[in-house]
Amino acid sequence: MTLLGQFALWIGLIASLWGFGVAFLSRWQHRPELGASAIRAAYGVCAAMVVAALALWKGLISHDFNIEYVAAYTSRNLPDSYVITAFWAGQKGSLLFWALVLSIFAAIAQVVTSQRHKDLMPYVAGITNMVASFFIATMLFGGSNPFERLSFTPADGNGLNPQLQNPGMVMHPPLLYLGYIGITIPFAFAIAALMARKLDAGWIHAMRKWTILSWVFLSVGITLGMWWAYVELGWGGYWAWDPVENASLLPWLTMTAYLHSVMIQEKRGMLKRWNMSLVIGTFLLSIFGTFITRSGVIASVHSFAQSSVGYFFLVFLITTGAASFALLYLRWPQLEPDTKLESLASRESAFLFNNLVLVGIAFSVLWGTLFPILSEAVRGVKITVGPPFFNRVNIPLGLALLALTGIGPLIAWRKASTANLQRQFVWPLVFGIVPAVSLAALGVRNGWALAAWALASFVLGTILQEFYRGVRARIRMYDEAAPTALVRLVNRNRRRYGGYLVHVGILVYFAAFAGMAFKVTEEMTLSPGEVAEVRGASGHVYSFKSLGVSQYNAFNRIVTAATLEVTRDGKPIGVIKSEKRQHIDSFGNKTFEPSTEVGIRSGLREDIYVVYAGSIAGTEEANFAISINPLVWWVWFGGVVLTAGRLLAMWPGGRTTAPTGRRDVQSGFEAQLVGTEAP
Amino acid sequence: MTPRTKFIAGATIIVASVVFLIASGVKETGVYFLTPTELFSRVEQDPTFYDVGIKVGAKVVRGSIRRDDAKQQVDFEITDGGKQFPVTYVGLVPDTFTDANEIEVIVEGKFGRDGVFRATEVLAKCGSRYEAELQEAKKAA
Repeated sequence: MTLLGQFALWIGLIASLWGFGVAFLSRWQHRPELGASAIRAAYGVCAAMVVAALALWKGLISHDFNIEYVAAYTSRNLPDSYVITAFWAGQKGSLLFWALVLSIFAAIAQVVTSQRHKDLMPYVAGITNMVASFFIATMLFGGSNPFERLSFTPADGNGLNPQLQNPGMVMHPPLLYLGYIGITIPFAFAIAALMARKLDAGWIHAMRKWTILSWVFLSVGITLGMWWAYVELGWGGYWAWDPVENASLLPWLTMTAYLHSVMIQEKRGMLKRWNMSLVIGTFLLSIFGTFITRSGVIASVHSFAQSSVGYFFLVFLITTGAASFALLYLRWPQLEPDTKLESLASRESAFLFNNLVLVGIAFSVLWGTLFPILSEAVRGVKITVGPPFFNRVNIPLGLALLALTGIGPLIAWRKASTANLQRQFVWPLVFGIVPAVSLAALGVRNGWALAAWALASFVLGTILQEFYRGVRARIRMYDEAAPTALVRLVNRNRRRYGGYLVHVGILVYFAAFAGMAFKVTEEMTLSPGEVAEVRGASGHVYSFKSLGVSQYNAFNRIVTAATLEVTRDGKPIGVIKSEKRQHIDSFGNKTFEPSTEVGIRSGLREDIYVVYAGSIAGTEEANFAISINPLVWWVWFGGVVLTAGRLLAMWPGGRTTAPTGRRDVQSGFEAQLVGTEAP
Repeated sequence: MTPRTKFIAGATIIVASVVFLIASGVKETGVYFLTPTELFSRVEQDPTFYDVGIKVGAKVVRGSIRRDDAKQQVDFEITDGGKQFPVTYVGLVPDTFTDANEIEVIVEGKFGRDGVFRATEVLAKCGSRYEAELQEAKKAA
């Protein structure tokens, strides 16, 4: 099967290079048949990558340990589901996974994009082929060929790192990759529009669903990564500002900026250059993220072993960046804005500020991540910045962003009157201030957390007010019952109300993040029967009684489990178990270092988070680190709300179809304006 | 003022705050990241470098890890091939921190005048053991 896989990689390489070359040749020589050939090449690459992927899966499932990749990441006693997902456990398989998904996306983009945009499609194929050829070439020439064979056949494979044997880790990398890879399609459309000089809003509509889809994948991928870090890594938190985490956040931030600023282009014909730059920048950041993960240039607990692959990415990053911005510069005069900003108190300027803050956050995260390299290059000494830096910079910026989340959608386009401001913001302000003042009165003294909660409830107020007014207008106009009115209201304008739901998700995230300011951690040593108490920030007192430590064999591991009996304010709430697992291969030999399985009791108010840190040799005493983590459940809930909102906004049908030019798009927004101004 | 000027003023405020936050953040939270050799030459030139928060990246000397479970204390030695010095740490170490193979660590803390590094944080990076074994096997074959 490896021979077939190798063959498929070479076919894919040749087809993608051909498709890249002829797409651009077709323009210079005015030969449209070459453009059609570029599109056929995109389908060919897709077929080749599917064959290559099936070949690797075949090797994994049949436990062909003569294949180095199979031996390095699986073993005979690895559960079947993890054998299949071991596909992307290592670098080589990840690269193939990239190429596979990219080529599938590229083929789908060709199929689903409407005939209206057919001028763009050869270039879109050219760009996706170019990116695919890079990934395939990296596999073949960068020492990352997943089909490489060993000179001997091990009796059993190494098995999968136990920290990766977790359902969150099964879904987190592919979803994140789907997001990263999805960004290639908008990028291809942007470059295609620049090449073809089709700089009206056409390309934006052709790829709108792709931007939203990749944004959803990135959001869910990042959230699942947080969940995995929380349940698996055992340090008691979900975000550590690690370079690899930052790298996934960067394209998310610029993509979020784009999703907002593009509305200004659709509605007012402004920001064309800025939007183009954001799409190109987001793509470059997604490649940068992979570069950081693969190259090991920045010390990170996540990064794969150092390898030359990183430099392939660096060269690709620099050439693509230079070429894209050079092309943008050439088309600069044709991207003149149609209108000017009319007032500072307008939705345009609120969105512009939102973009500046998002890009500012992205810049500070990039700066902090690269600072060790920058300081070494400039001052000859490596200086690192960690979570204190990122929190210090991003808490104020994040809160400014949260405030704009409330203001942006409600303030009028062009120029807001004082009456508009009063009508929209008086109640939400009250809604924001009251809970914060009450919490302060109850003795909460953390200024940042209070500000976060005040702003979050302000934003929630603005959104509830929107729903309330919309429903009330329908009840008056059509004499509908409230639930019917709500369903029809949302259904008639999914993009808008879906967007509000996304904002609810975001404000829930912020409110939950603020909760971690009140985390309590205690380390203790307990003998069987001994009891310790921990007081959470909410005032609940938890008692933990050690039930001792037991050891037993599970099918691919030896488990040492410590069990605690827990009460809250004196009432029993059950037992929590935390484990040390020593994984073994099918011959009973130890593989990997022991890993810790955290015991978590999740609740709406706070989580109980128990880490068994080993026993004291020769005694029955066990060490524990116990944290009471406030509001963590709400982070995952925020993720669900955000995803639901985004899917609602992009669901086919509704009113967002068929605009061809900017004028039409404006009329598409009339419904929203009427809704906003309704009595 | 035209709306444009007002907007530029607002934008300038945002950009200036971002720059200010980054600059002051780096100044107040930035930590030197050194190898043991660099650390030794630093403290020789500048004795104020003792007892200042720094990070050191190095390898754990094999067989040097001593654990005191009762006190949750771990003592070990780190080296970059040139200089070597002892580290002491109280707290939970990550699962990847073992003597099984030569692990890379990043320790954060203060280097005392007594030549002992008191760590407040220990990060361990596991160089996948099996991959190394495979490499050796390949070389041998």
